[in-house]
Amino acid sequence: MNQKGGHPFLKAVPDSYTSAPDVDDLPSYIEIQNLSLRISQQPIFESLSLPIYRNHINALIGPSGCGKSSLLNCITRLTDHYDNATLEGNIFVNGVDVLNSSADLIHLRRNVGMIFQKPVPFALSIRKNFELPLKEHGIKNPYDIDAKMEQALRDVGLWQEVSNRLNKSAMLLSGGQQQRLCIARVLALEPKALLLDEPCSALDPIATGIIESLIRELKEKYTILIVTHNLSQAKRVADYVAFMWYNNNHGKLIEHNHSNVIFKSPSNPITAAYVKGLTD
Amino acid sequence: MSRDKALHYSLKFLAGLSVSSLLFIIFYLVSESSIILQEVSPTHFLFDNNWHPTEGEFLILPIVLGSVFIAFGAMVLSIPLGILSAILCQFYAPVWFSKPYERIIEILSGIPSVVFGFWGVIIIVPLLAQIEAPGTSMLAGILVLTFIIMPPIVLIANNAFINIDKIQLQNAMALGMSRFSIIRYIIFPNAKRGLLTGMILQSGRAIGETLAVLMVCGNVVQFTGNIFDPIRTLTSNIALEMAYAMDLHRSALFLSGLILMIVVLVLILLSEKLETSTKSS
Amino acid sequence: MIILPTNRNLADQVLKFSSWFCGLLIIGFFCYLFIDIIWHGIERLSLNFLISDPANAGRQGGIAPMLVSTLLLLIICISIALPLGIACAIYLAEYTNEHMWFAKFIRHSLAMLASVPSIVMGMFGYAFFVIALNFGFSILSGALTLACMVLPFIIRSIEDTLRNIPQIHRLNASALGLSKWRCIFQILLPMAGHGILLALVLGIGRAMAETAALLYTAGYVTRMPDTVFDSGRSLSVHIFDLSMNVPGGEPSAYSSALVLVILLLLINASTHWMAKKIRHRSNK
Repeated sequence: MNQKGGHPFLKAVPDSYTSAPDVDDLPSYIEIQNLSLRISQQPIFESLSLPIYRNHINALIGPSGCGKSSLLNCITRLTDHYDNATLEGNIFVNGVDVLNSSADLIHLRRNVGMIFQKPVPFALSIRKNFELPLKEHGIKNPYDIDAKMEQALRDVGLWQEVSNRLNKSAMLLSGGQQQRLCIARVLALEPKALLLDEPCSALDPIATGIIESLIRELKEKYTILIVTHNLSQAKRVADYVAFMWYNNNHGKLIEHNHSNVIFKSPSNPITAAYVKGLTD
Repeated sequence: MSRDKALHYSLKFLAGLSVSSLLFIIFYLVSESSIILQEVSPTHFLFDNNWHPTEGEFLILPIVLGSVFIAFGAMVLSIPLGILSAILCQFYAPVWFSKPYERIIEILSGIPSVVFGFWGVIIIVPLLAQIEAPGTSMLAGILVLTFIIMPPIVLIANNAFINIDKIQLQNAMALGMSRFSIIRYIIFPNAKRGLLTGMILQSGRAIGETLAVLMVCGNVVQFTGNIFDPIRTLTSNIALEMAYAMDLHRSALFLSGLILMIVVLVLILLSEKLETSTKSS
Repeated sequence: MIILPTNRNLADQVLKFSSWFCGLLIIGFFCYLFIDIIWHGIERLSLNFLISDPANAGRQGGIAPMLVSTLLLLIICISIALPLGIACAIYLAEYTNEHMWFAKFIRHSLAMLASVPSIVMGMFGYAFFVIALNFGFSILSGALTLACMVLPFIIRSIEDTLRNIPQIHRLNASALGLSKWRCIFQILLPMAGHGILLALVLGIGRAMAETAALLYTAGYVTRMPDTVFDSGRSLSVHIFDLSMNVPGGEPSAYSSALVLVILLLLINASTHWMAKKIRHRSNK
């Protein structure tokens, strides 16, 4: 019996919806198979399977608390930082199982970049924000660093705004600029995929608009997985949508399909109720 | 990354190094005290005639009592003073008074005990000498010690009052309880834990205070109930005699240091137990 | 301040009266103490006092060697305690959680160290640094003993600062593939900068106020120390000696006490200023 929400549809979730069929048979850069996450014995989500398609915008929607952000953290193994977290199942990034203890985390985190909800530039100069990660990944030559920094800043449309103050603190930028800086910082590492955890929820509508159009441009070169609370945002940017809901206090994948299908004619009644805005 | 591993181990080592001094302290205290414990039976400490270590007399009881009486007296004075001051700051005084008042208390708690001791010698001792000679006395020690430990007690009590459960407080106010009732029935019980742990820690500090009591207590080894009589405490005993103590005498001093250390440790354990027990309730 | 509804019943009035009485009593005492020290101390206080040697067992002359000794003690104490303290704080904050036995052991040991009576600390310093390591009565012995005393405070302060840095910064650094070394030294420690400064200043204040631990470690000598292996008298020990062992030493003692109190006031003020800066930063 579902404890959250009193809607008549929200009783037990039939098991047939726990795995996502390969909707379009597209190649996937990230493949999540039967993933369960438990923190201190409390399950966060169970038996989640989801492909993340190459060069498309994959969105993950659902109410707060059902494990969407945790799922993102699992992919880059940031859950290693959690106290007492156990992960079961497989996550294949470009064919390599990253949950294996011998996985090369540095390589993984270079290929799969993460953008957090609250913009977290380093409290250092803009240039230093790029220098630190680039140096860590072996790029020491200052000319190379400057070149990659400029390219990344142009890609996110920040170059004009900051090219004359690269040595000033990144904290002096506005919220939207800081978030774009964080994206640029990740892009400078030349990843293959981007994971964005509610990237606009801390920003005003104009900054949000700028970031959304940036995301749409980025899909040409990158695989994108975006977690969002905001249904209209998902409608605006996503190609494929996965919908999560609660089942017995932990998260479960309810439906995964083309964005059009999810928003216009979802097969699951819970999905239908959610996207109609009845249960948020 | 091997650099990360090296960092981990070096930090672990340095952390261990930071506390290694404690191990050495315990080691020296125990090893030096063991000398006298082997030679002299403990009954000497309680039943000898006097404290003349160079002549084989080790009556340490009056010195211990000196420490206890002074610490007790100082606590008896400072706890009410401290708590009332904190009540003043938190509940009765306007902000333009309480903020500077808190600063003054902070400054007072940072003043070295030697300054209070000096002040005690110059002002308090002559004052007391007018009431009853010689002036350097148990009372002088109690007063000076009160000046020293009362400011920290005010700060502790302030903290305890600020950190109470706000929800209970709001409920009480919503029920229309008066100021005094709220202080008595809501704030005090809530703050009790913080207050108690703080008091216990400060009593440890009172027992361990050396300089100020050394300067104003007179340092005569005697049993007495008269607060105008001079007495000696464990701490001033050590400070006075370490300079020329040898062999057994020195070992006796280390033993008194060990006793002090044990007493203080017991007090800390008590306050930690108190903190964790009420935390889980 | 907690604002409570007033009510003019008897108990409330009694409490109000007695707490005001206490408060004013304390203020009165504080004023008396301060005015007394300033009044008597200012007589001798001059530039000359600060830069000349003591004469006639300290009854005349100045306190220059004491100031130098105190400074040397502080410098050596901090140069040992601060790096060691930072290392230990980093270990506790970034590598341990509640359950590890080593961490619990370290925390408990630090709590115990913080409460060791200062004379016992002095005994330890004497037995270990002066005798066993053969440093003799010296500034070095005194400074090392002081370092043992201020370490717990420094560690606690810096560890709190580090723990208050939100986890998101560590996650972010990790997500970019930064090694723990880089994360700690180039991101977290700079962010903790003000907290470290605060710990430093608190440590200095604590060390300057210490007397008993220095009696049997740094020694009593009034000459200007040439090296750290020389014995030296700190300002607080000087005040002690003047008031206890030197009849007629009161005027000098007053002036020395005034100098000491002024220095501590400066430290108190800078502590507050820094704490304010920290609060402003975290509110941004």
